[in-house]
Amino acid sequence: MSIDISQFHDVFFEESFEGLDAMEGGLLDLDVGAADVEAINTIFRAAHSIKGGAGTFGFMSVSEFTHVMETMLDEMRNGQREVTGESTNLLLESVDVLREMLTAVQQKTETDDERIAEVRTKLEAMMSGEDNVAEDVTETTSEVAVDDEEDGSASQGWFITFRPHQHLLQTGNDPVRMLRELDSLGDLSVEVLDDKLPPFSDLEPEDSYLAWNLTLKGDIPKEDVVEIFEWVDDDCDLEIVELMSEESDSGSTEEAEKQEAIEPEVVEVDASITSEPEVAISTPEAAPAAAPKAAAKAKAAPAPAASSIRVGTDKVDSLINLVGELVITQSMLSQIGDNFTPEMLPQLIDGLAQLERNSREMQEGIMRIRMLPISFAFNRFPRLVHDMTDKMGKKVELKLTGEQTELDKTVMEKIGDPLVHLVRNSLDHGLETPEVRLAAGKSETGLLQLKAFHQGGNIVIEIHDDGAGLNEEKILGKAVEKGLVDAEEILSPEKIHDLIFLPGFSTADVVTDVSGRGVGMDVVRKNINSLGGTVEVVSKRGEGSVFTIRLPLTLAIMDGQTIRVADESYIIPLISIIETLEVKTSEIKRVSGKGELYPLRDEYVPVIRMYDVFNLTPKTTDLEEGLLVIVEGEGQKVGLFIDDLLGQQQVVIKSLETNYRKVVGVSGATILGDGTVALILDVPGLMALYREPSLALVVNNDQAA
Amino acid sequence: MAKILAVDDSASMRQMVSFTLKAAGHTVTDAADGQQALNIAKTQSFDLVLTDVNMPVMDGLTLTKNLRGLPAYRFTPILVLTTEAGMDKKQEGRAAGATGWLVKPFNPDQLLATIKKVLG
Repeated sequence: MSIDISQFHDVFFEESFEGLDAMEGGLLDLDVGAADVEAINTIFRAAHSIKGGAGTFGFMSVSEFTHVMETMLDEMRNGQREVTGESTNLLLESVDVLREMLTAVQQKTETDDERIAEVRTKLEAMMSGEDNVAEDVTETTSEVAVDDEEDGSASQGWFITFRPHQHLLQTGNDPVRMLRELDSLGDLSVEVLDDKLPPFSDLEPEDSYLAWNLTLKGDIPKEDVVEIFEWVDDDCDLEIVELMSEESDSGSTEEAEKQEAIEPEVVEVDASITSEPEVAISTPEAAPAAAPKAAAKAKAAPAPAASSIRVGTDKVDSLINLVGELVITQSMLSQIGDNFTPEMLPQLIDGLAQLERNSREMQEGIMRIRMLPISFAFNRFPRLVHDMTDKMGKKVELKLTGEQTELDKTVMEKIGDPLVHLVRNSLDHGLETPEVRLAAGKSETGLLQLKAFHQGGNIVIEIHDDGAGLNEEKILGKAVEKGLVDAEEILSPEKIHDLIFLPGFSTADVVTDVSGRGVGMDVVRKNINSLGGTVEVVSKRGEGSVFTIRLPLTLAIMDGQTIRVADESYIIPLISIIETLEVKTSEIKRVSGKGELYPLRDEYVPVIRMYDVFNLTPKTTDLEEGLLVIVEGEGQKVGLFIDDLLGQQQVVIKSLETNYRKVVGVSGATILGDGTVALILDVPGLMALYREPSLALVVNNDQAA
Repeated sequence: MAKILAVDDSASMRQMVSFTLKAAGHTVTDAADGQQALNIAKTQSFDLVLTDVNMPVMDGLTLTKNLRGLPAYRFTPILVLTTEAGMDKKQEGRAAGATGWLVKPFNPDQLLATIKKVLG
């Protein structure tokens, strides 16, 4: 039978990458000098599984590399090798190499053979003096205690004395099975030796008492015979002697003479063997002990895997449950519809309410499928912190909380880099060296915390450090130097902190390889904003900083406020609305060049007349007849003049870009309950448009070109 | 055709083994560790148990020992799937009461050939 084992590759890769993550996590948690055996065992097991799987699925280079790691881990768990910082780091490096190898194998790309060889050499060097590798090679050869001469050569046949120990049956081995197998190899004659058979009254039914003299004639390699007894060679007395053409007869007759008693037994066993010779196995060459070389080669490359997602069965079960309820509601409604009378109206309304609830729950359930625990983004940090602090000579404890908080898969993929940047930033600029910390009266070890939690419709990720905090003078000085602010301007501490998010800002005195590679906080903010999120910092000199990221739970659905401008409906993301006001014309200030401003408490907010933006014929231009919606984007507020607020609803976002083209001020579109399309307003875009009205034209020209 | 209990903590191995055995017409139940397997073994009977050695919760050798302690499994063939880690493992397997072993890596054909040896 031929089975295409490449169908199991995806599962293998998935579990191997999980295994690597587990190894990495385990290695980072190992206490140097006093490592927990169970912890090492877990790491060992992951390596072991990867090795076994890689061998089975034909990725021999992966299997060989893992073998070296496994050997080292094996020594660690047996207490033969101490767990040192050095060995842990080397194993971590090996995990990286292994991950690259697996990725390369999975994507059919080239591996960095030099690096692999280098790390492997390091591993072997660390283990030198103990030649486990050599041992393993020799072990795979025959280990059965029989005459060694003429191994493998063909002969006239074999004379075998097989005397099972009493407990043989209790190992699950069956002599009859072995005799049948022998019979399949050649011409077998069987002679039973019952000299050890006790009187019937003393006979233990579960023990074996019989022994056999077996004469197997034919041109049969010795290994084939040895292999049949491979599993029992410790549970029997076994002698395998080569048959010489003349001796063969005398040998067996001699034995036969010794054993002339009880015939029936012989006949019985003999019959059971000879009567069905074809039952025996036809593929004796599949010797388990000789197997390692013969591992199957992976064939046809699987197409690059489509992006997939693992979903907990509980989520799927709850969806199936919901579908069930939906079906019930549907059948209820169709029953009402079949013979509807006006009296049934309350029932119809109930049914529709139930339908609404069902579809909302379905929607939530389906959205949950895309949700992954944020540990997927967090799990790289223990390693990152370990490596970086090592390099910088700092001591930092990393604390993760809320790792189970769920986040949309797409958001998760995009938040990774900004998070890494912020963590690197905290490690590099925030947390101090042990000496500085001690001098400042703090504990030697700094604390870096990553927290994730839900707040309203958002997910919040906080990065806390108890480091030096932001240096306001330095930031301000830098900002003035770069011409980002006027030297005379007086800024609140919050405003100063916010300066670090401006493009072209970097306070690093020296560009290190840790952070400050030209990618600034402005990019972090831009990336987070592009996810519909925000990032801000709160900092106190000497006590540390907290960076707070707020993200929408999902990119596909949002809470929207439907508004009316002239005859058109638009959606404003609820998250950006601060308040909605009725204004008096007398409150509006007109400033030349800046248009109209509305005094909102202690600040002036520019007024954007939406009918102007979208070139609509207004029902009214009188501000008192409409409403002013105060919205916030990128830390700035603006008032949108609209005709009316309609209602709040969750809207499914359809991309305008994929269906039409990018439009400044509009982030997408949605379909309303009545089937009409409404545009979703992009508040930062509207602000940009307000400052630079030509933007709309620029984009149009770009697209036209 | 036989009823087989296949135990391995690695999902890919489990799938490969189950698929191969099912394709050969056997009935397969699988388990991800020794404890799971033992629980299953107590409520059903099997003609053959195939178990990985290195597993979390309960390893394959402990499973073998435990199974041999159950009257229903005193003579049931139990094959351990080991790596080439050496004779020690085979000796341990024997001591635990395993019938035999299959050395990893193996391919579906080798698996079926070995199975035939004990079921034949």
